Amino acid sequence: MQDPATSLGEIELVVFCSGGQSFSLDIRYVREIRGQSAITQLPHAPEEVLGVMNLRGAVIPVFDLSSCFGLGPTAADPRNVIMIAMNGARMIGLLVQAVSEIVSIQHSSIQDAPAMLGGPAQSHISGLIPLADGMSRVIDLPALIQRRLPVPA
Amino acid sequence: MAITVLAIDDSRTMRSMVRRALGAAGFICEVAEDGVEGIRRFAELRPDVIITDINMPRMDGFGVIEAIRQDAANRAVPILVLTTETAPEFKARARLAGATGWIVKPFEDQSLVQVVRRVTGSL
Amino acid sequence: MAGQDSFRNLFFEEAEDLLGTLADDIARLKSGERDEEIVHSIFRAVHSIKGSAGAFALKHLVSFAHRFETVLDAVRSDRLALTPDLLRIVERSVDHLSVLTEAARNDRGTDQSTSDAALAVLDACLEGGVDVGSGSTLPMAERVLVFSFAPLALDFDDGEAKPSAQAFTIRFRPHPALYDNGHEPALLIANLAELGSIETDLDLSTLPDWSSPDIIEPAFSWVIRIETSAGLPAVQEVFEFVEGLCELSISEEHAPDALPAPFDTFADAVSADVPFSPVPDPAAARIATMKLTESPPVAPPSPAVAASAPASDGTAPQPTLRVDLDRIERLFNAVGELIINQSMIAQRVDDLQIQFDTDMTAHVESYRLLARDIQEAVMAIRAQPVKPLFQRMSRIVREAAEGTGKQAQIIMLGEATEIDKTVVERLADPLTHMVRNSVDHGLESPEDRRIAGKDPAGTIWLSAAHRSGSVVITIRDDGAGLNREKVLKVAVSKGLVPEGADLSEAEIDNLIFLPGFSTASATSLLSGRGVGLDVVRTAVQALGGRVGITSRPGKGTEFTICLPLTLAVLDGMLISVGGTSMIVPISAVLETIRPLPGDVQQIGPDERLLSIRGRYVPIIDLAEALGFPPAETDDPAMLLLLVETEARGTCALLVNRVHDQRQVVIKGLEGNYGQVAGVSAATVLGDGQIALILDPDGIVAPSYLGKSLAGAQRVAALT
Repeated sequence: MQDPATSLGEIELVVFCSGGQSFSLDIRYVREIRGQSAITQLPHAPEEVLGVMNLRGAVIPVFDLSSCFGLGPTAADPRNVIMIAMNGARMIGLLVQAVSEIVSIQHSSIQDAPAMLGGPAQSHISGLIPLADGMSRVIDLPALIQRRLPVPA
Repeated sequence: MAITVLAIDDSRTMRSMVRRALGAAGFICEVAEDGVEGIRRFAELRPDVIITDINMPRMDGFGVIEAIRQDAANRAVPILVLTTETAPEFKARARLAGATGWIVKPFEDQSLVQVVRRVTGSL
Repeated sequence: MAGQDSFRNLFFEEAEDLLGTLADDIARLKSGERDEEIVHSIFRAVHSIKGSAGAFALKHLVSFAHRFETVLDAVRSDRLALTPDLLRIVERSVDHLSVLTEAARNDRGTDQSTSDAALAVLDACLEGGVDVGSGSTLPMAERVLVFSFAPLALDFDDGEAKPSAQAFTIRFRPHPALYDNGHEPALLIANLAELGSIETDLDLSTLPDWSSPDIIEPAFSWVIRIETSAGLPAVQEVFEFVEGLCELSISEEHAPDALPAPFDTFADAVSADVPFSPVPDPAAARIATMKLTESPPVAPPSPAVAASAPASDGTAPQPTLRVDLDRIERLFNAVGELIINQSMIAQRVDDLQIQFDTDMTAHVESYRLLARDIQEAVMAIRAQPVKPLFQRMSRIVREAAEGTGKQAQIIMLGEATEIDKTVVERLADPLTHMVRNSVDHGLESPEDRRIAGKDPAGTIWLSAAHRSGSVVITIRDDGAGLNREKVLKVAVSKGLVPEGADLSEAEIDNLIFLPGFSTASATSLLSGRGVGLDVVRTAVQALGGRVGITSRPGKGTEFTICLPLTLAVLDGMLISVGGTSMIVPISAVLETIRPLPGDVQQIGPDERLLSIRGRYVPIIDLAEALGFPPAETDDPAMLLLLVETEARGTCALLVNRVHDQRQVVIKGLEGNYGQVAGVSAATVLGDGQIALILDPDGIVAPSYLGKSLAGAQRVAALT
């Protein structure tokens, strides 16, 4: 999954927090970051599916990232944003608590996530990176989409 | 002055391919869908050379040649038949009908261009 | 070769047209028409496919078409009689041609054994039917004498790689016929000149007496000497077209030590029988030519057809324009956005309460109508008749019948009905599935049918029609109908329906659309291994349509597909339910009802019925059904939306508010999300909000509600 972004082996990640924990996502997956938008609920949707939103005419589903990782729903906060992420032809929105920063790291500094993290969320993580104030879990977006969407990507 | 070719074939694939091959070689290529249309276009365009298919509805290739050659003034215009047949008796028949020469399908673009050049004297 | 792809596509499009023509022609022959023009048309179509296919190296297609063409040639020359058996073979051969073309188009291989079988059948026709008496079976080449030119593969090189210069002397005297065939000796000589250095001399000895009044024909002859390293074949090739129209001799000036081998020059081969002397009478030359080639009398080329004779199918070709589908797609999307935009403006004007400005109102209304006009015009561009699709189904029926040992015929109605091109393409698979299903499971074996007093051959009706803004396609068979007992049992055993559930006949019929449903005890090769009709329903819903079924035991089954005429745009009713906006397709809406307390009957703890015009209709709380929180409302009265569903007939949906009718652009959910039960798609409203488009059938399905209201209906019926 991880291709070196540049020949130097560096990748850029968006670091954010959700459910009180730190996550990061390869910036190549991130299309844009938007403030809160009106979300229309879907019938009988699982907890982490907040509904669908209108992105310039396109109908895209919005997930509560915190719920995806079993950390409970995201509390309403003015710093909440929706990250529009794209994998292949699929576009989804991820509601996160707040964005922290964008970091540039060596691909080699991504560590394997220890198995003890456990739970279904384990498969959504592709590794850990060390940051100044602790570790951040790197999200495996394709895996998350695969698991959370009704129809395989 | 560019040479004008009239291509008569009921297959639009063929028409397109002939057109493309000749166009690339600098010929002006007009088309007609069948013999009757072909005769009409011939009268309008007075092309330098005609390429015609044999099997067409309404009037087949031989009919086209006969109709054109009927007028003595049209005996000098080269008419080539586009055909899948290579049998000698077919060639004899074509010659009898008044065809100047033939092109065998499927054709290489270059071969088509060469034959047209041969009968029109263009380089 | 650059651009070869587009020619390939062009060929396949044309091939499809030709196959359509073939189907028409065969239909005419089957109905008894015996116009020989039909046979010629069939021959030409197959010949054309063969000819063009050759350009794309589609070997299987070419070789099958070639054998087929040979048989057809025999028919059109009356060497083979067109018996009903042969007609059947021709029909099946067209089917096979269709299969090969499709396979070639998709770069798929085909089952060689089927091809071999088809070829064997064709070959058998030829062997059985050829008339030996007239001698026409003998290869024509043997009967043509010297004038015919069999290309001599003379190889002077004997392995020598380096071409050496040779000198040839060419004596060339055109016959008048040469000029009549559009040849020009000057050109021929110029072509020769391209091969090497030449010297041309007029042969003075053959000039006519200029004083004679009989000179009407040219009578020149030339002696040309050429030095070339191109070899004899190249020199001969220059004269390839005029052979027989002139006297020609090409002799090589031999190197002193080489001995001329017999017939090693073109001249010898030709001049052996042709006197090299001025031909006294040009006409005689022509006659001589005709005699020597003993081909069967060449049918005189038909003179120009009487100008008034119409094309045999009677339709004059309309001027057409070929447009890239991509461009249409872009236009399509733009129109969709235009509709949304118009809707947004209308909304805004509403909000600003400008509606009392009659000018503004008029403008907005004009805009709406114009947008609609453009939309319809664009739809018409992509609209195509369903005929080719139906014709394909015709073949499917034949294949399915053959494969299952049943007898079936297909009757098609409304083939000229037009629907959007992309819909046609996306309908192909579902339709194929249903048609195969009808033959495989619907129709009984000929024996069973006989016992039941039916015609051993079953009939499949395929029809298409426009009906108030929709296209309705029906597939009907006169088979045994659904075995409801069996269907219910299977559904229960697969856990699709709770044990002991009481379902109406229509509900049971609709069970076959549920995922995982299949009654095939042995996997039927035809209908697909375990691929159920739920795939069909999904596909139809993705097109914004519905599919339903009615069945009468012993009489037959009918599938109905309803598709919106305007694919991307839907007329719907905007409603509010559970705090969410939704769109209900107008095609399903019957009316809005504010019932009086007395009209509503409570049946059991959770079920209510609406009494309307003497009938009882189940009430479904839409918010509850969708899992939305109940909306707060200060309106004590109930608001019901009466809708028509395939599975449950009329139902009343409990909603919070019914707004107005809107035209909305359908945005699918599958692309970014996936399927949502009860929702067929979504749309963006004028204010930017998303409204889900309701699927009434999905809402009322027993599996969705988890319970059945049939019991209540039965109670109601007794009351």
